[in-house]
Amino acid sequence: MTFNKTLLATAVIGAMLASTAHAETLRWTRSADSLTMDPHSQNEGPTHSVNHQIFDTLLYQDMDVEYQPGLATDWYVHEDDPSVWVFEIREGVTFHEGQALTADDVVFSLNRARHENADMRGLLTSIVEVRAADDFTVEVVTDGPNPLLPNNLTNLFIMSRAWAEEHGVEEPQDYAAGEETYAVRNANGTGPFRVVSREPDVRTVFERNDDFWGIDHYPMEISELIFTPIESASTRVAALLSGEVDFLQETPVQDIERLSQADGIKNEQGAENRTIFLGMRMDLEVLDSADVDSNPFADRRVREAINLAVDATTIQSAVMRGNSEPAGMIAPPFVTGYSEEMDEVLPADTERAQALMEEAGYGDGFRVTLNCSNDRYVNDEQICQAVVSMLARIGITVDLVAQTRSLHFAEMAREEYDFYLLGWGVPTMDSEYIFNYLYHTKEEDRGSWNFTGYSDERVDELTVAMGQEVDEEARNEMISEAWQIVHDEIVYIPIHHQMLTWSMRDDIDFQVQSENDPHFKYLKFNN
Amino acid sequence: MLAFLIQRVLQAIFVMVVVALIAFSLFHYVGDPVLNMVGQEATEADRAALRARLGLDQPLPIQFFQFIANAAQFEFGISYRSARPVTDMIVERLPATLELAIISAIFAVVMGIVLGIYTALNRGSWLSNFIMTASLIGVSLPTFLIGVLLIYLFAVELGWLPAFGRGQTVPVGDWWTTGLLTTSGLRSLILPAITLGLFQLTLIMRLVRAEMLEVLRADYIKFARARGLSKRVVNLRHALKNTLIPVITIIGLQLGTIIAFAIITETVFQWPGVGALFITAVRFVDIPVMAAYLMMIALVFVVINLIVDLLYYAVDPRLRVQGGAK
Repeated sequence: MTFNKTLLATAVIGAMLASTAHAETLRWTRSADSLTMDPHSQNEGPTHSVNHQIFDTLLYQDMDVEYQPGLATDWYVHEDDPSVWVFEIREGVTFHEGQALTADDVVFSLNRARHENADMRGLLTSIVEVRAADDFTVEVVTDGPNPLLPNNLTNLFIMSRAWAEEHGVEEPQDYAAGEETYAVRNANGTGPFRVVSREPDVRTVFERNDDFWGIDHYPMEISELIFTPIESASTRVAALLSGEVDFLQETPVQDIERLSQADGIKNEQGAENRTIFLGMRMDLEVLDSADVDSNPFADRRVREAINLAVDATTIQSAVMRGNSEPAGMIAPPFVTGYSEEMDEVLPADTERAQALMEEAGYGDGFRVTLNCSNDRYVNDEQICQAVVSMLARIGITVDLVAQTRSLHFAEMAREEYDFYLLGWGVPTMDSEYIFNYLYHTKEEDRGSWNFTGYSDERVDELTVAMGQEVDEEARNEMISEAWQIVHDEIVYIPIHHQMLTWSMRDDIDFQVQSENDPHFKYLKFNN
Repeated sequence: MLAFLIQRVLQAIFVMVVVALIAFSLFHYVGDPVLNMVGQEATEADRAALRARLGLDQPLPIQFFQFIANAAQFEFGISYRSARPVTDMIVERLPATLELAIISAIFAVVMGIVLGIYTALNRGSWLSNFIMTASLIGVSLPTFLIGVLLIYLFAVELGWLPAFGRGQTVPVGDWWTTGLLTTSGLRSLILPAITLGLFQLTLIMRLVRAEMLEVLRADYIKFARARGLSKRVVNLRHALKNTLIPVITIIGLQLGTIIAFAIITETVFQWPGVGALFITAVRFVDIPVMAAYLMMIALVFVVINLIVDLLYYAVDPRLRVQGGAK
């Protein structure tokens, strides 16, 4: 009897040891939960981050934000028609619930994402038709050549048509309908993890998908992934310090130093795909908030003076505690069209700035309102406070209005601002995206985030052309010409590129991804 | 009795409508939900279309009447943020808030009464002085700071209790989930319950102490002592009973406050209750959730007041004589 018990205990312990070698749980936290499991209804960061664990995309950006094949093994422009992109679909892939992936599922998913209820549709406006050429080839027809189409597909998740039809979720949810659809809380993807349970805003549990097509291509060391969003920054940090979570995404700037000194915890840092800058309304005759009968921002000399007075290096050291990269252009380094020369930050020069103000006829300065968010970007309100004191030195009296993002962006969209703070990320990793939204003349479907009133015919021409030019060299020339124009005109005042910090248990081997998308299939444990 | 009841119910309905109106006019200033619901690639036309689908392009009075009509049927629409029915979301989250509120109310009442009696009976002792001084902290420190301090002490430094969440929960019945039946659930409850209950505790303690001191000076207590009754019987039966009348009134009113103030505690501890749901909704301008939450809190207060009114009616014969004519 005693012998049997010992034997049993040995067997149990042995089994436990054997399984722990492969069973690693990762407890993950960040500030916000995914909004929905429906992969096409929201175009939002945390939602995509969760969906990347469950679903696959045709191609995706890996941890170095390089494009990698996902469910498409290859993609190229059709040899006979430059307006057609061809995607070769991976064979032998199955969904979590067993359906085999075919080109038809890809066609279905792309069309579903183009539905009017789908927020993802904004990235797919150039698509005219999606068709399956055969079981494993998909052709996407665009309204003219579009070299950037694949860049727009990195968050475009592939669903199973059969599953969607079975559960009546062929279309993304309509908010007005007032009912929850099956896809809001259930998911059936082809990705590295499957959902075991989900309580929105509380806890989502994933388990490793052992039938994942890439099980041998990626480390895939996590067997169980538990995601618990924690909204309060100090509690989030406390949870990591107390060992209740293993991986903290989006470490608050004020806690980076502290966490780096804590035992058993390390920080990983990298450039984030987001640049912070100031915009000025330059097309109005008279500014609404200014105390002068003219528009000082219309004068390039005033914009240059502001650019010289705003000291990004001081903001980096005093406001960001070193966690930012001062910027000279509104494009982070990994974006096509980035140039070190233009990103160079000129040293602040108050004297020269004052001389320019004098020259422009504003020697006595003027008064203007600066509008900022206070909960959207890292230390956004503090950045603006620093700007206020820097501009005071050249005679510009700035009234600061800092408010929550829901108000800030609503008023910005109504074009109520003379002077504002904005941050911009480039999901397509290409300058065209920046020109299209920030520099092109504000029109129906372009320039939708250009609230400066800036309008330049040549820039508009180049913006449209760079979205269609397939010849890489010609395209790069257009991009650099456009950057030169807006750089010379000082359309915006760049401040810095944001840095991203992830903190984790120090036996975890995982680097920061600039899109803030942790692909957990890459995570490794050093033990 | 019936006339009195009808009158009070009508008053309650009127209060609810006024709360709805105030809440509704406030939403206008919280921001634009549509911007949070679409990505940055969406065009002005996309936003306008979504606004129209949500009915947000309608004139405000029409939106308001639609809301009242739906609210009367407990129909609050679906959340702009999570695309789920608001009623489901609130029902899911309610057990967490109620458990937290009830446990912290019990904590506040029991500890408050015990400490109140102790400090009243042992006036001037060093322990009483210490408790009275410490209670000032409970009154003056903001809730979130108490929460953060407790987390750093008991979760990070000592590692005794969890810093966040509700632990393991188990379903009870059709829709209730409880954390009271699991070890991790109970451990998770301790810090938030103390944080939420601390203010009420000090309030009750000081009230009990003051009332007790008042009662102990009363003639009947002196007589009781003169009759040679034991100290214990005098203090705990005669004095305490009379002390508790105003205390019970306050406790009733404070229960509503505990539920309403759970917002801050829930946010600090990531407690999955309706308060945390509300804060998330405010950040996102999730109007249906905000509206439903505010109506629910208003309903809690209205119901509590109604019960208190009815109790007064039962207790106070003068109200009955006047036949509810106020």
